[in-house]
Amino acid sequence: MAQVETFYYDNAIVRKFTYATMLWSVVGMLVGLIAAFQLIMPDLNLGIPYTTFGRIRPLHTNAAIFAFVGNGIFMGVYYSLQRLLKTRMFSNTLSNIHFWGWQLIIVLAAVTLPLGITSSKEYAELEWPIDIAIALVWVVFGINMFGTIIKRRENHMYVAIWFYIATWITVTVLHIGNNIEIPVSATKSYGIFAGVQDALVQWWYGHNAVAFFLTTPYLGLMYYFLPKAANRPVYSYRLSIIHFWALIFIYIWAGPHHLLYTSLPDWAQSLGSVFSIMLIAPSWGGMLNGLLTLRGAWDRVRQDPVLKFMVVAITAYGMATFEGPMLSIKSVNAISHFTDWTIGHVHIGTLGWNGFLTFGILYWLIPRLFNTNLYSLKLANAHFWIGTLGIAFYAIPLYWAGWAQSLMWKEFTPDGFLKYGNFLETVTQIMPMYYIRALGGTLFFAGTLVMIYNLIKTIKQGAFIGDEAAEAPAQVATADVHKENIGTAGLSAVRCKC
Amino acid sequence: MQMLILSAIAILIGGIIEITPMVMIESNIPKIASVKPYTPLELHGRDLYIREGCVGCHSQMVRPFRSETERYGEYSKSGEYIYDRPFLWGSKRTGPDLHREGGKYPDSWHYNHMVDPQSMSPGSIMPPYPWMLRDEMDLGTLPRKIKVLRSLGTPYPAGFEDRAVADLKEQAAGIAARLRADGIEDEKLEKRDIIALIAYLQRLGTDIKPKAATN
Ligand code: HEM
Ligand code: HEM
Repeated sequence: MAQVETFYYDNAIVRKFTYATMLWSVVGMLVGLIAAFQLIMPDLNLGIPYTTFGRIRPLHTNAAIFAFVGNGIFMGVYYSLQRLLKTRMFSNTLSNIHFWGWQLIIVLAAVTLPLGITSSKEYAELEWPIDIAIALVWVVFGINMFGTIIKRRENHMYVAIWFYIATWITVTVLHIGNNIEIPVSATKSYGIFAGVQDALVQWWYGHNAVAFFLTTPYLGLMYYFLPKAANRPVYSYRLSIIHFWALIFIYIWAGPHHLLYTSLPDWAQSLGSVFSIMLIAPSWGGMLNGLLTLRGAWDRVRQDPVLKFMVVAITAYGMATFEGPMLSIKSVNAISHFTDWTIGHVHIGTLGWNGFLTFGILYWLIPRLFNTNLYSLKLANAHFWIGTLGIAFYAIPLYWAGWAQSLMWKEFTPDGFLKYGNFLETVTQIMPMYYIRALGGTLFFAGTLVMIYNLIKTIKQGAFIGDEAAEAPAQVATADVHKENIGTAGLSAVRCKC
Repeated sequence: MQMLILSAIAILIGGIIEITPMVMIESNIPKIASVKPYTPLELHGRDLYIREGCVGCHSQMVRPFRSETERYGEYSKSGEYIYDRPFLWGSKRTGPDLHREGGKYPDSWHYNHMVDPQSMSPGSIMPPYPWMLRDEMDLGTLPRKIKVLRSLGTPYPAGFEDRAVADLKEQAAGIAARLRADGIEDEKLEKRDIIALIAYLQRLGTDIKPKAATN
């Protein structure tokens, strides 16, 4: 029997990412809310170039995805990785470079995007100097993560870590592949691909920004935090392994579903469409594994806001990944593409899955980091209902708007003329829906503010311990609390001697 | 580490199979002889279009449906985009598609529309862009842009970077003259950003013979 060692988890870095997640959640959603109001009040930029919708929209997507969700990922990874591997992070210095580097990138993005410094490719808008900074910080994160994996005390690599690893390698490949550009100046560059090729590479990237930034790392977080919060083992460890491999293999092919009926050659459209439809299987594998983990714990779901948030998050993930494959069918995409249907789909995924899972984790994690109880369960429950209503008021009108607009675009008079030949008629028609969406966004945002207040109060009443002591035998496999049974876990431990 | 390599293989297969043929095999994107590179003025206008994020609301991709060809004109061909860096197809039509915008309205329509969209399109939710009419074109990087684009394969003739500014001014003078003829007054009209933007919008989709279309 190996000697038992005492070591310390680095909670200070987790706290930093937690604070950043809280801060950027407010900023990202506020900017989204401004965008939503600009669509009903076009003068809301107040005559200032930097605040026009065209510049605010990418600011919103970047802030929400890379600042809010990004910090949420790192928060969860830095907390769970240490505990799953029974070791401290590889290097405090790298942890801090990663944290501050990432925040610097966010600030640079928040300055350059309103200035109109952009490559204009969705979710890859930032110009080349920032792209390089992202690559560097990402590599720092990688070294830190793999260093931690190498010096681990726990032989077995739990499936959450698989998701983190796949996320890391894929984002690296995508980010570099989609940003090969020749600089014209410090603020302008032209990419090496043009036209159709550029479109294909961009959506290979763009779709997998969704897949490997909004989905796989969050599945990893789900696999760690949901069993923790529910105090139950994962329903099926074997299922999690199968759906992991299927998911990462199939996802990469799906990019062309953003380019259906465009000038992209048909063979590529068909590949993208078919693989996207197949994606429903591994996606639902993950969702079911999550929901079934709660079997026997549903009475607790009714009381515990953490579990409530997580259940809605996983359900929203199931909805978005059911809808996504539908939208990838060419005849459905002919209706949905370019309309608000896409925006509805996006926000079921981002508000429901990413937003609510992050909220659940924050409500679970902060009391633990600060050795206290949540300040107010009541407020957390209120947040849950306001947020859920917010999602409904956001998404439902947009589905309506999407269908209405698409039908109007395509309607002909009996004489064979377009019934709504003036595009503007199709815009004014859906304005009421945009008003309701702005209300939904306001609700969701208000809920977030309630959460921030509740969390700050919790932090104030608690006592933070930066270095949390733990004990584990050196380098020997120990029983993992998450394992369903030793058989499958043993199997995967043999397969993966990383 | 085995894990890292296995996941890398799993995710590389799909990307390689889709992207490699698209880049390597020319027949995927049939060339169209009449498609020419952007003039310096149009290029400047295009970069303004990028800066302002117009792509957030306007697509440039007419799909091959009757409802779209009736509304916008001939559907879009892959060969029309070979000089587009980046592509600007967009993903959301908050406003109408612009791929066949060229020649649809007179230059002065665009001038008035950009300063006050509601004046030309009552009820429009597009914001006004008065600075387009105020700011003078910044051409400092234009020669370098031409060079970079040529190095990437855009067939600008050798030495064109030195003539680019002159070429731009000549084309700008033509547009300014048309605007003046429509009663627009501004001493420095030919130097304004709006001229470049109009040049770009009027060029859009005109490489292949445009068909008459409604709005
Ligand atoms: C209060 C919350 C939010 C509001 C009010 C909001 C509002 C908006 C608005 C108005 C748009 C532009 C839609 C259009 O062009 O028609 C948008 C786009 C988008 N938002 Fe949000 N948003 C919110 C939260 C989020 C979050 C949390 C995320 C990501 C984690 C997110 C990701 C996106 C993305 C990716 C798009 C672009 C969609 C596309 O290009 O198809 N949003 N949002
Ligand atoms: C099986 C899973 C999924 C599939 C097959 C899928 C498929 C699709 C399709 C077909 C579109 C519309 C493309 C278009 O017509 O322009 C789309 C858009 C989008 N989806 Fe999904 N989706 C899936 C899951 C998700 C999830 C879970 C999220 C968020 C967490 C998400 C976020 C987005 C975003 C941000 C866009 C907008 C991209 C843009 O146009 O800018 N998707 N998706």
